[in-house]
Amino acid sequence: MSTLQLLWFILIAILFSGFFFFEGFDFGVGISTLFVAKDEHEVDQAISAIGPVWDGNEVWLLTAGGAMFASFPFWYASLFSGFYNLFLLILVGLICRGVSFEFRHRALSKKGHDFWQKVLGISSLFIPFLFGMVFTAFIQGMPMDAHGNVTGGFFDYVNLLSIVGGVAVALLSWLHGLNYLSLKVEGPLRERSHRFANKLYFILYVGEVVFAVLLVIFTDFFQKHVLWSSILIVVIVALSVIGHLSSINNKEMTAFISSGLTFIALVALIFQGIFPRVMVADNPANSILIKNASSTVYTLTTMSFVALFILPFVLIYIGWTYYVFRKRIQK
Amino acid sequence: MTIVNLARFQFAMTTIFHFFFVPFSVGMIFMTFLLELIYVITGDEKWKQRTKFFGSIMLLSVAVGVVTGIIQEFQFGMNWSDYSRFVGDIFGAPLAIEALLAFFMESTFIGIWLFGWEKLGKKLHLATIFLTFLGSILSSIWILAANSWMQNPVGYKVVNGRATLTSFSALLTNPQTRLEFGHVGFGFMLTGGFAVAGISAFQMLKKRNPDFFRPVLRLGLLIALIGALANFSFGDQQMIEVKNSQPMKFAAAEGVVTSLKNPAEWALIGFYNTADDQEIFGIKVPYMLSLLTYHSISTKDPDIEGVTELNKELAAKYPKAAKEVGNNFIPPMNTLFWTFRIMAGISALMILLSAVGLFLTRKKSPWLYKSKIGLTVTGWFMYAPFIAITCGWLVTELGRYPWTVYGLFTIQDSVSPNVSVGSLLFSNIVYFLLFCGLGAVMVIYSVNIMRKNDIEAVEVAYAKLDPFSADAFKSSAPDITYKPEDTQEITEDGGKE
Repeated sequence: MSTLQLLWFILIAILFSGFFFFEGFDFGVGISTLFVAKDEHEVDQAISAIGPVWDGNEVWLLTAGGAMFASFPFWYASLFSGFYNLFLLILVGLICRGVSFEFRHRALSKKGHDFWQKVLGISSLFIPFLFGMVFTAFIQGMPMDAHGNVTGGFFDYVNLLSIVGGVAVALLSWLHGLNYLSLKVEGPLRERSHRFANKLYFILYVGEVVFAVLLVIFTDFFQKHVLWSSILIVVIVALSVIGHLSSINNKEMTAFISSGLTFIALVALIFQGIFPRVMVADNPANSILIKNASSTVYTLTTMSFVALFILPFVLIYIGWTYYVFRKRIQK
Repeated sequence: MTIVNLARFQFAMTTIFHFFFVPFSVGMIFMTFLLELIYVITGDEKWKQRTKFFGSIMLLSVAVGVVTGIIQEFQFGMNWSDYSRFVGDIFGAPLAIEALLAFFMESTFIGIWLFGWEKLGKKLHLATIFLTFLGSILSSIWILAANSWMQNPVGYKVVNGRATLTSFSALLTNPQTRLEFGHVGFGFMLTGGFAVAGISAFQMLKKRNPDFFRPVLRLGLLIALIGALANFSFGDQQMIEVKNSQPMKFAAAEGVVTSLKNPAEWALIGFYNTADDQEIFGIKVPYMLSLLTYHSISTKDPDIEGVTELNKELAAKYPKAAKEVGNNFIPPMNTLFWTFRIMAGISALMILLSAVGLFLTRKKSPWLYKSKIGLTVTGWFMYAPFIAITCGWLVTELGRYPWTVYGLFTIQDSVSPNVSVGSLLFSNIVYFLLFCGLGAVMVIYSVNIMRKNDIEAVEVAYAKLDPFSADAFKSSAPDITYKPEDTQEITEDGGKE
């Protein structure tokens, strides 16, 4: 494995971290329109909090997918064809969610408006759930052939760990969204977001413990990388506690950053767990390794320069967006 | 039903659908930018309202355009995993760069544009729609660079059964990319121009603030004419390029069955029996094909080869692929021939209509503004570019048969071997229904924007959308109760604003 390959493995992890950090709270705000916002005004208030940024946040996913295609085509091909049905559902969710913002605003009647609002909320719940399923299914060791094709069917990747993983990611998204709302809105919705978050953290703790136990049973994370897996589990729980305490003490920025970092720690846990593989097969001989899944040195070098050159600009104007819309949304 | 057929159908369906909305939304972004540019230059509030009116239709099309594009990013991995493995080293790079360079730019700045009317200065706000436009253009450059590589692979070496990149600059300077981008980019422009002109024409026809839409109609026609002329010129160059790089595509699109000596005749109408490669019926124009291909009628130009000879040449050149396709390298000839003709026919009509339209809207005698027929034609013609564009893509993509990467990799070898027929059938049905539904909703909502013709309310709706204004949450649904009062007849003197 070369340094370049390692760099791109880490870069893919960073891009997925960006996706969960940014789009995670979008999903959470979407879920909150279903369960937290009390009336139409509060739903509007919640959606307005992500209005200017949700579209850009979704691009983290597209960039992660594109970067995976460019740097690890064998990983990209195996992952996306292997979990076809899950990705199909994710895409349907993303499509429905993507139009719901604009369609809701342009609906001809109150009914249509409410319909698209429900679409927004429900898809915001299901997409992180399905991503949680994918990320916890592909680490378990799927049936794969020697060419790297996943041969497992639906019930190979729908099992206890993947369902718990899905619930955990959806829950974490929701919490992240609640922390974002607490930070971005004013009035009763802010108070209620706090109250919801403060309670939900207790469920998250349970989820995290169950998840850690299932990780020991279903994956080889604790056989291959016992030290780092343990450390990251502890970090995830610790960040949750910090987020929880900050939320209770009204330190909204700290709470938000903590839930974001929890996501990043989760991505780190997954990526270090599969290392040095990119696809884990039930028969270790068929696992795909970083060293033979990547593009050539030439392509990786070129892409590194391109990323190095463009990424700073992207981060600057994303930062500018949050600066322009930095004010709290009034009730 | 095989996985190859289903995967092909799905790819065709999703890309065609996506490409209804790409030219429409990029064209509309461009037009919105122009309208706002005029507003910033003149300072006239009317142009701001125009920007917002057309901007609201633009936003609807962008919403559908973006979501139908998400599929494309993952479809290669999902349905075409062996293709992805073969080309990933080359093909992935433009896709990744597209996302990083263009998608972020587009999606971020359109958010700022939509919500930033009250937050940013005039010029800075104009800059955000310009950057959105720039992002969408950069996006098309990179995706067309990827497609061009499939049409005309350059800068690669096949090592251990996979194509590896040897020259990034060759990938960027692929002559195919320049032609495709020129053709497609001006296609965006003409689509935007005709869309804006058509919408304005419908509004004037229904006597909804005709004065308000009059200058926009003229602007739309002007942009459409520029776009259509440039688009035509690039299309012409592209066909000459195709003649050299993919002669089979050229021969099928021009209906050349057996080789022709120059000066060659051109088929205006043709029907072909593809089973034994024969023409059933055709009407020919002498000299025309040589004129179109070589821009001359000299007998010294090389012969124009027909599909029969080309098929033999290709079978001899690619024995492995020949086995897979049963020695038949001929793409569906009737489809290619007719889609090509429909595209070129509409293309010529577009130039004609926009030029005549501009002439008939000149200050001295603006006949078009008063003519029901003229406005009706202009209105309905906004749908024509979509037909032409779809036909163009069918020629480009079907004509590459049986290759995904021309001369290197066949469709047969490209598909995901482990995806079941059931899954593919299911995804085909889901996407089909979803896309039809979304398309219909988008059109209905756009028509509603036109019907309400609510120039004042557009203003209100946007103000309401500014999440940071104190009364942003007084009313939730865009329950627009404003009734257009400005429904006066089209006056003889053309009216004044």
